[in-house]
Amino acid sequence: MCLAIPGKIVELLPDSCRSALVDVAGVRRRVDLGLIEEEKPAPGDWVLIHVGFALSKISEEDALEQMRILQMLGEDTAAMEEVKGYGLGEEPERRSQEPGDRSQNGGPSG
Amino acid sequence: MRFVDEFRDPETISRTADEIRRLADPARQYRIMEVCGGHTHAIYRFGLRDVLPPNLELVHGPGCPVCVLPMGRIDDGLAMAENPGVIFTAFGDMMRVPGTKGSPLEYQARGMDVRTIYSPADALKLAQKHPDRHVMFFAIGFETTAPSSALTLMRAKALGLQNFSVFCNHVTIIPAIRAILDSPDMRIDAFIGPGHVSTVIGCRPYEWIAKDEGKPIVVSGFEPLDLLQSIVMLLRQLKQGEAKVENQYKRVVPWEGNRAALRAMAEVFELRPYFEWRGMGFISQSALRLRDSFAQWDAEQRFNAPGVRVTDPKAAQCGEVLKGVLKPAQCKLFGRECTPEQPVGALMVSSEGSCAAYYNYEHRKTSMNYG
Repeated sequence: MCLAIPGKIVELLPDSCRSALVDVAGVRRRVDLGLIEEEKPAPGDWVLIHVGFALSKISEEDALEQMRILQMLGEDTAAMEEVKGYGLGEEPERRSQEPGDRSQNGGPSG
Repeated sequence: MRFVDEFRDPETISRTADEIRRLADPARQYRIMEVCGGHTHAIYRFGLRDVLPPNLELVHGPGCPVCVLPMGRIDDGLAMAENPGVIFTAFGDMMRVPGTKGSPLEYQARGMDVRTIYSPADALKLAQKHPDRHVMFFAIGFETTAPSSALTLMRAKALGLQNFSVFCNHVTIIPAIRAILDSPDMRIDAFIGPGHVSTVIGCRPYEWIAKDEGKPIVVSGFEPLDLLQSIVMLLRQLKQGEAKVENQYKRVVPWEGNRAALRAMAEVFELRPYFEWRGMGFISQSALRLRDSFAQWDAEQRFNAPGVRVTDPKAAQCGEVLKGVLKPAQCKLFGRECTPEQPVGALMVSSEGSCAAYYNYEHRKTSMNYG
């Protein structure tokens, strides 16, 4: 799909890849920030995502507009299916998890 | 006007449509090509052709990376996956595209381990999860997607991952545009440049279209107003006899592109001397392959692929539709032997294919009228 998906960075993740937990319309998945490191992404920033990688930072206004476009083109279902599928359908482990509390990641995939 | 009530700013849309009619010289026939499948989709969805004057034709370009892949490459990917222990992974778009002996989904039904993934990073994750298996990722896409494959390969190398490879079918948009301009049966006056590809490559790569070929090109957003404004900008250039690159999508597309993405691609990939595009023959320097420094992760080097050239079924006119010579409905198989439910070619399968877009918006509308 050549249309990128807008999402909001929730928190940066402590793995060796530059990645973040990103929220797309309520679904939270790991997104790789390796292509936008130079833009110094931070929690609260909106990004354009394509195949699990952030391509650029965008304004909140443009993010909401992009969501609307996806809806108008009927691409929002496919976009959410894509996002839900990131990480093989699992939410990543969070920095904020207690050490000893290794609860299961996410839910069933898909 | 269809859908105009849904537009956020119907007055501006109206005014922009009026300006298009004012600028278009009634004595001229205009042919404007939009390259990107997302734009094709938006044009049909928003009914934009109804808003344009009759002497302005929008021609669909080959901006669908699944559509332009010749059947032989799909056969190659599936042949590699027939090696024992291999898991075939690809994006959802690929799963129903027919190879000579069936699509990936059909191979799955016959027992092959075929998995839909949504990110190249997840092919890598799968390889880490299954050290006893080999995960092969069938990579497709233009420059919007190639940087993600590149970063994934860099990560695989850093991890020293042995059971992972990429079958690289990334193609580049510029040579395709050049091939269209060189084609004797095409006459294109101006281009609407792709939206999200340009966030990666920026606007500079299009400069030769304006300078050397004398054709205006405007990089556009996806809203109806974006596309109509881009057409206004193109018509202004044509009226003044100008040819330059303009960026209508400034809010998202930086002129210089994404340097980190371009660096990652340069580190991992090199241009193939030539690559075959469905319906367009061999185009030089139009596709990517892994550099020698990444040979270990190159599926084409790890596995033997038949490498057989397969032509489309004779009746299918995928090539001509891809080049914009034919409209989807002009293909003899359209809506009869070839539908989204039983596709003959990829243009009917992929969400970015012009046949699928036409079928879903125009064909259904017409058949409903007579239903």
